[in-house]
Amino acid sequence: MIGTALVGTGHLVRLALRRDRILLPIWIFFLVFTTLSTTTALEQVYGTQESRALLGVTANANSAFLAMLGPLHDWSSLGGLVVWRWGVFAGLFVAIMALLVVTRHTRAEEEAGRTELIAATVVGRHAPLAASVIVAGGASLLIGVLQAVVLIGKGLDASGSFAFGLSTASVGLVFTGVSALTAQLSENSRVSNAIAGGFLGVTYLFRAAGDAAGESGPQWLTWFSPIGWTEHVRSFADNRFWVLGISLAATVLLVGVSAYVVTRRDVGLGLLATRLGPAHGRIGTPFGLAWRLQKGSLIGWSLALFVVGMIYGSVAQAVGQMVEDNPTLGQIVSKIGGADAMIDAFFATITQLLGLITSIYLVQAVLRLRSEETSFRAEPLLATPVSRWGWVASHAVFALVGGAIVLAFAGLGLGLVHGVQTGDVGTVLPKMLGAALVQLPAAWVVAGVALLLFGLFPQFTGVSWAVVSASLVITLLGPALQLDQWVLDIAPFTHVPKYPDIVAGPLLWLSGVAVVLVAAGFAGFRRRDLTT
Amino acid sequence: MTSAISVSGLVKTFGPTRALDDLDLDVQTGEVHGFLGPNGAGKSTTIRILLGLLRADSGTARLLGGDPWKDTASLHRRLAYVPGDVNLWPNLTGGEVIDLLGRLRGGLNKQRRAELLERFELDPRKKGRTYSKGNRQKVALVAALSSDVELLILDEPTSGLDPLMEAVFQDCINDERERGRTVLLSSHILAEVEALCDRVSIIRNGHCVETGTLAELRHLTRTSISAELAGPPNGLTSMDGVHDLVAEGNRVRFEVDSDKLDLVLKQLVTSGVRTLTSQPPTLEELFLRHYEDAK
Repeated sequence: MIGTALVGTGHLVRLALRRDRILLPIWIFFLVFTTLSTTTALEQVYGTQESRALLGVTANANSAFLAMLGPLHDWSSLGGLVVWRWGVFAGLFVAIMALLVVTRHTRAEEEAGRTELIAATVVGRHAPLAASVIVAGGASLLIGVLQAVVLIGKGLDASGSFAFGLSTASVGLVFTGVSALTAQLSENSRVSNAIAGGFLGVTYLFRAAGDAAGESGPQWLTWFSPIGWTEHVRSFADNRFWVLGISLAATVLLVGVSAYVVTRRDVGLGLLATRLGPAHGRIGTPFGLAWRLQKGSLIGWSLALFVVGMIYGSVAQAVGQMVEDNPTLGQIVSKIGGADAMIDAFFATITQLLGLITSIYLVQAVLRLRSEETSFRAEPLLATPVSRWGWVASHAVFALVGGAIVLAFAGLGLGLVHGVQTGDVGTVLPKMLGAALVQLPAAWVVAGVALLLFGLFPQFTGVSWAVVSASLVITLLGPALQLDQWVLDIAPFTHVPKYPDIVAGPLLWLSGVAVVLVAAGFAGFRRRDLTT
Repeated sequence: MTSAISVSGLVKTFGPTRALDDLDLDVQTGEVHGFLGPNGAGKSTTIRILLGLLRADSGTARLLGGDPWKDTASLHRRLAYVPGDVNLWPNLTGGEVIDLLGRLRGGLNKQRRAELLERFELDPRKKGRTYSKGNRQKVALVAALSSDVELLILDEPTSGLDPLMEAVFQDCINDERERGRTVLLSSHILAEVEALCDRVSIIRNGHCVETGTLAELRHLTRTSISAELAGPPNGLTSMDGVHDLVAEGNRVRFEVDSDKLDLVLKQLVTSGVRTLTSQPPTLEELFLRHYEDAK
């Protein structure tokens, strides 16, 4: 039976590779190239044993670093530094790649009705799923192997290089499995991606919360995260290959369950059934429609960032604890202003991170405009008295105002928990709210670029994601890689004042830049043709 | 009579392709105007320019006395549009979409909405993603037909409907004509166009090649005849209106201009008819013929 169920898989793999002939090489190049450039940069900056040792002490004592990047297990070698600086991000990126690829070739195809076309030919029931798993899993493995080859080429230890490369690949494999399963649940590929992406976010946070306070914190949480598992491999330090067995087992289990679900449902339908809805509608304005389309995402992001804020807020106290627990660390920290300064630095990093994450929400809200246009759903609306600007504004407001709401929830989460722990909600809460909201102008600039692209160069609206990635990579990795200042200055988040020293100047001119970008986007869309 | 739509010398290019090439179109107020042309002829492009969704490179287009690009909002209050490819929001019900589009146009006629839902046998409680192509088109049709507007612009509105629903659609359009509405109906279905349209425009490669009433276009149509006769055919070859005659013994195949059909059949009977098949021209044949004539 399995034999016939997989008939045609080879053809579908070729079809998928053909459709992804541009996308996949970009992902692979991006990840392997970043591995190489990170290694080269770290080699230059931390060439000496002393500089690495100093980094080792500070990295493992700085909870902002710990939360974002995880612990630095081995600072005696360049490889250990690469794993620390890049490992978590490589895992995140490869996971995103895998889940997008799987959904694109399973649920999105089914939703578009193309699976029906394929299923009517000589193709086994499991072939579409198998093909997408092979492509996404294969790409993950290829990235892992190429990463190892690049590191060996830089003269690093071979088994450490492979431990790291396979760790990265393992995250891709697990999320291949995760999205194989989420693709079965909903009839909507957007929902499928959202569930898989949400799972990625939550497990990243488990890891972050588990790592943030070092040994004083809840380290066991990291065992509940596929990215956490890669940390436990301790590449270059101990090379514990056996941990990868967990990832492999999880992948096999997830793919197996998905394959079982495939046999239990009809083509085109999900496990979550669709019910009948109201016969009469209450929506009567473009904004009403945009609210209906965007509210799920806004509420989801707000809640998610509220929870993220609470998690980081709860870790802040342990950051102070960590300093008190460790006398040598205490001495170092007292030079920079003591435990309080360390907590401030922690919040400065965390709020920046929250701002960067929120910019993803903003761009996604803007890009809804483009997907409405290309799916011909904008056309009937714009054939009514709804004006071009009115329609754009109805969605843009979710990016511009919605972004403020999401950030406010993040600040609320931070402030509430940290306030309760320090026993002073009254002063802490407004401070944290402010620290989160100052990120908004920078996020507006990123959203503004997306709107500008939509208005003037609709075919290139997708480049917005490259802008988001560049802003993330430059902001998060740039300083440690000692990139030139002008490169850092490209990223809007570089200019956001660091908590607790908030000044208005940069916020005003960032807002000004955002206004110009948004206005250009509006003006461009008013003047252009609708295109697909 | 005034023109509801008046287009002249319209040009629109997409990169290297010239989608509209000096297009003229004139739709009188109160008429049902058929808009015919093969795939890619430029019908949808014309309609999108009339709706202000695309901007013409050159030429003029007037819609209900206004400029379709500049006066979008005020013009759109007076028209309703059914796209050729109806895509609904996956998680909105058909009823919600009908009411949304109706409200955006400034309100819809509730009684007509209910009546149309019944006539089209459409369940408005289903979610957008669960409708078939035909049912998605019904949603757009109900939304358009239950609005009180002067002009209906319909882009191949029946391509997914079954014959029963096609008949319902034709009834509805006849009702609209009686209410004094103007209808621009783009279509591939010649029978539909013949049943509904007062005048027709045929476009090809972005250019209007023929426009007029159906009677005026009748000279374009030919009927294919194939017959088995009692003896050899006599006198057919020399007859006016007979084309592409093929005779093999007692069998003949030929095409005849519709206005000469009566005379030619009389001549055929003189040879004694055993079997007879006659086929009305398909839309494609009509076009092919037209271009042969135009050469």
